[in-house]
Amino acid sequence: MSPLARVALVVVVLGLATALGALWRARNGRFSPVAPAVLAAAGADPAHDETTTARLTTSDIDAALGSRATFVQLSSEVCTPCRRTHAVLAAIAAERNDVSHVDLDVATHLDLVRRFDVMRTPTILLLDGRGAVVGRMSGATDRRQALDALDAGCPVIA
Amino acid sequence: MSSSSLHAAAGVAPIAPSPAAESPVRTGSAAGSPPAARAGSSAVSGSAGIDPRGPRFVAALTAVLTVVALLLGTGSAALVVLAVLAASFGLGVVRGVTGTWQSRLFRRFVRPRLAPPDELEDPRPPRFAQLVGLVISGLGVLLGLLGVGPAIPVAAALVLVASFLNAAFGLCLGCELYLLGVRLRAARANA
Repeated sequence: MSPLARVALVVVVLGLATALGALWRARNGRFSPVAPAVLAAAGADPAHDETTTARLTTSDIDAALGSRATFVQLSSEVCTPCRRTHAVLAAIAAERNDVSHVDLDVATHLDLVRRFDVMRTPTILLLDGRGAVVGRMSGATDRRQALDALDAGCPVIA
Repeated sequence: MSSSSLHAAAGVAPIAPSPAAESPVRTGSAAGSPPAARAGSSAVSGSAGIDPRGPRFVAALTAVLTVVALLLGTGSAALVVLAVLAASFGLGVVRGVTGTWQSRLFRRFVRPRLAPPDELEDPRPPRFAQLVGLVISGLGVLLGLLGVGPAIPVAAALVLVASFLNAAFGLCLGCELYLLGVRLRAARANA
């Protein structure tokens, strides 16, 4: 390989890494809502199969549901953004008595990991007051993103 | 239990359990306990926490070394640089990222010029990243010694991508890969 080709290789690898990093950064904390039709089906038929309606109960998450919303955070121990996200969500839950937050270790909750096809940590499932999963986020999530998700996924009915 | 076997293999001594990871922590109105809400961050900012800019500086120096290795091509000079990288990763795995020579440079020359960090970081994630680096660069060195020349730039390029993403974007490789490993192990255990 000629010296010029080696320099070109370095430039290409760095360009690729930059593109990857930009994609990764844009994805972090972005809220993806569950399709409204799916949610409507879940509400219309309470006896609907639990796995298709994606409803979580207190026993699934070892915690009580918030009356408006619950952030179910799935974390791993080798994960710094998990700690930061934990602090953000815990603060939001502490300020509002209708929102709760639970942080679960993926290693001990593989059932949830498989059921919701969780690929990275942290992943946050947003549940409404009934425990239905209304959307999710993954990666480092800041306060603004979490509050926007709350308003989009669990609007307060006036 | 799969996570403990991972750390035994990595030679990581169990550190004080962190609420965020070892056990479920309930916060908010359900538990109604602000102290529990702060437990996660206090585990991070405890005495074991490290300056998060340290690992990123280490990653930046690692990236520079991999660029040198790539520019040297497939010969023995490139192999030596890759071996130095592998040895540095080895130090990082055994002693934690703060035990590397790059981290020593950071503490000696860089940190005195910086403001104190806003938050401290758990040392385990960067250590996991060092392990990933050791595996990739170690394989490159091994194949290079066996005469597979192209393995040297391939390994260097992979380490460059990972260390550049860590240094420039703060991407935590452990967070992205760890769960996949857990899932694979669980799938194999069930098979």
